[in-house]
Amino acid sequence: MSDQAPGASYAPALETPRSPYRRSKATRTNWELYGWLFMRMSGLALVVLVFGHLFVNLMTGDGIHQVDWGFVAGKWSSPFWQVWDLLMLWLAQLHGTNGVRTVINDYAERDATRFWLKMALYLATTIVIVVGTLVIFTFDPCADPNSMLEICRAAGSTVPTITN
Amino acid sequence: MATSTSATKPVKPGRQKPAGTLYRGREGMWSWVMHRISGVLIFFFLFVHVLDTATVRISPEVYDAVIGQYKNPVMGLGEAGLVGAVVFHALNGIRIILVDFWSGGTKHQRKLFWGVVALWVVLMVPFLVRHLTNVFTH
Repeated sequence: MSDQAPGASYAPALETPRSPYRRSKATRTNWELYGWLFMRMSGLALVVLVFGHLFVNLMTGDGIHQVDWGFVAGKWSSPFWQVWDLLMLWLAQLHGTNGVRTVINDYAERDATRFWLKMALYLATTIVIVVGTLVIFTFDPCADPNSMLEICRAAGSTVPTITN
Repeated sequence: MATSTSATKPVKPGRQKPAGTLYRGREGMWSWVMHRISGVLIFFFLFVHVLDTATVRISPEVYDAVIGQYKNPVMGLGEAGLVGAVVFHALNGIRIILVDFWSGGTKHQRKLFWGVVALWVVLMVPFLVRHLTNVFTH
């Protein structure tokens, strides 16, 4: 391979034991620490948000069979469920993205592979968060003309009809 | 091949396990493996689930047709598996937080893992009874 003598300069210099050293010279920020903390904080919030979501959608009423457009309209006519689902969307997507980022960093060995996998990941994340947020805020629970929702009937009653 | 120094059980040549692997197995490693697999599974479902929910903005008919796909027995079993993955990921996540922040966490991490398994069974049994009844008797 090379004509270098064993034990020559390619080995890092040995420090004396307990000599002071800086743990991180490469970065100036605590970005990874905040990421680590975010995984734990968002994880705790998601336990409540996701378990609540699963219970209301799958355990009450007819379970999976109750879920249709009217069911979603009923939930999203309330700011409570809009905020619930918005928090769940953002926290779950960012928590999942950071998790998959870690998986990519662990298994993709080539620099270019790692870079492009993460770019694809961030693109998918941006699309999901933007589309999901727009859907929650632009959804019209009264878009179905046959809606039996309270707020849709109240709004409908103010519209002049053919009889008056 | 190097001869084994710990000669408690003579092993047939060629059937020895590779020495000095990085991972030690047992509860610590397997909970990590399961956390990773369940996390990636949930991530891909989240992507699909946000997009299928987004069809509420197209029309009630389109959304009902899309979400109707989740109501057949095969998908019903898939949902049971997905909820199983979510519940494990949630409980093992709490275990990880305890290992990180509770002074006794590392000492009791194995017991915590079996606590996760026990609590998973306690939560999954009533869920499966209710969900599979909904799926198969509708």
